[in-house]
Amino acid sequence: MAEPWEEEEGPVKKFMYVNRKSPYGTIYALESLEVVLIAAAFDQDVSLVFMDDGVYQLKKGQDTKGIGMKNFSPTYRALEGYDIEKLYVEKESMESRGLSVDDMIVPVEMLSKDELTSLMEEQDVIMSF
Amino acid sequence: MLHTVNKSPFEKRSLDGALTHAANGAAVLMIEDAVFGALKGTAVTAKVQKALGNLKVYVLGPDLKARGMTEEQVIDGVTVVDYAGFVDLVTEYDKVQAWL
Amino acid sequence: MKLAVLINEGPYQHQAADSALQFVKAAVTKGHEVFRVFFYHDGVNNGTRLAVPPQDDRNITVEWSKLADEHKIDLVVCIAAAQRRGILDENEAKRQGKSGDNIAPGFRISGLGQLIEAGIQAERLVVFGD
Repeated sequence: MAEPWEEEEGPVKKFMYVNRKSPYGTIYALESLEVVLIAAAFDQDVSLVFMDDGVYQLKKGQDTKGIGMKNFSPTYRALEGYDIEKLYVEKESMESRGLSVDDMIVPVEMLSKDELTSLMEEQDVIMSF
Repeated sequence: MLHTVNKSPFEKRSLDGALTHAANGAAVLMIEDAVFGALKGTAVTAKVQKALGNLKVYVLGPDLKARGMTEEQVIDGVTVVDYAGFVDLVTEYDKVQAWL
Repeated sequence: MKLAVLINEGPYQHQAADSALQFVKAAVTKGHEVFRVFFYHDGVNNGTRLAVPPQDDRNITVEWSKLADEHKIDLVVCIAAAQRRGILDENEAKRQGKSGDNIAPGFRISGLGQLIEAGIQAERLVVFGD
């Protein structure tokens, strides 16, 4: 009988979380981040994609005092500590919004639409919010 | 991969998102308000016709009917399916991505 | 096949819950196993037993409860999203000191881990939202 530390791990699937919406206008950005933080405990292969207005979720310098909502953007910095390091932004989405990776609150890898299409094809499970 | 789109192409850019991120041989299924994207004679008809070149495109019949549209109005080459067909598409393709 | 469903919107406001219901009905009719339906964001509002929709139209919550009962489907309402929106079971009501609970039959409140687990265990995960 296997010792506890020798037991086989469960399946490891490639999970992709796709974010396409701006923060604050709707709750999807905040609550999808909460999913990702929980997902970290399951030792799966996690990628986070920010495209369309989702790129705004990572914008530096969010000051939400005036709208009376909690600024949750610092939480993206905690992802690294949870071993969630594969964060991607889509080049076309960034460019059409006049953003660069320097505007982002965490390090991200910029992928073109075609590169992102290939990455999506490689996944096992894709969640959208 | 099966890409589902549920918002009208005249309201949101989700159909664009699906069409531009679908790899060769993938499928796109229009449901709910997205079914307007499957109709002849609209501002997006040409875009969907072009997509038929490398993708399979489907539209959910019950959602078309609900909105007063008929199968005759659907772009040639776009296949009308019912919910059973939707289920079949989900099992036929290796995964599903929802463009909301 | 073993399927899982994620519903991101509440009943009636968006078609998501209806589309999911029709999809799940078709799936079980075809003999597939719908392992879990997970309700997130406003989707948790599908789980209140206090809704009184007009009699001449569908009762989405009741349809979910019936479907779950007939086909042994695990209907899970996310606890974090439920807390935000006021969907409670008896335990939660006691824990939070609230005057009542409102979870509908067949639904249970649990953590986001159930969604991740559904993604791991199911062969396909289908998302319905807005």
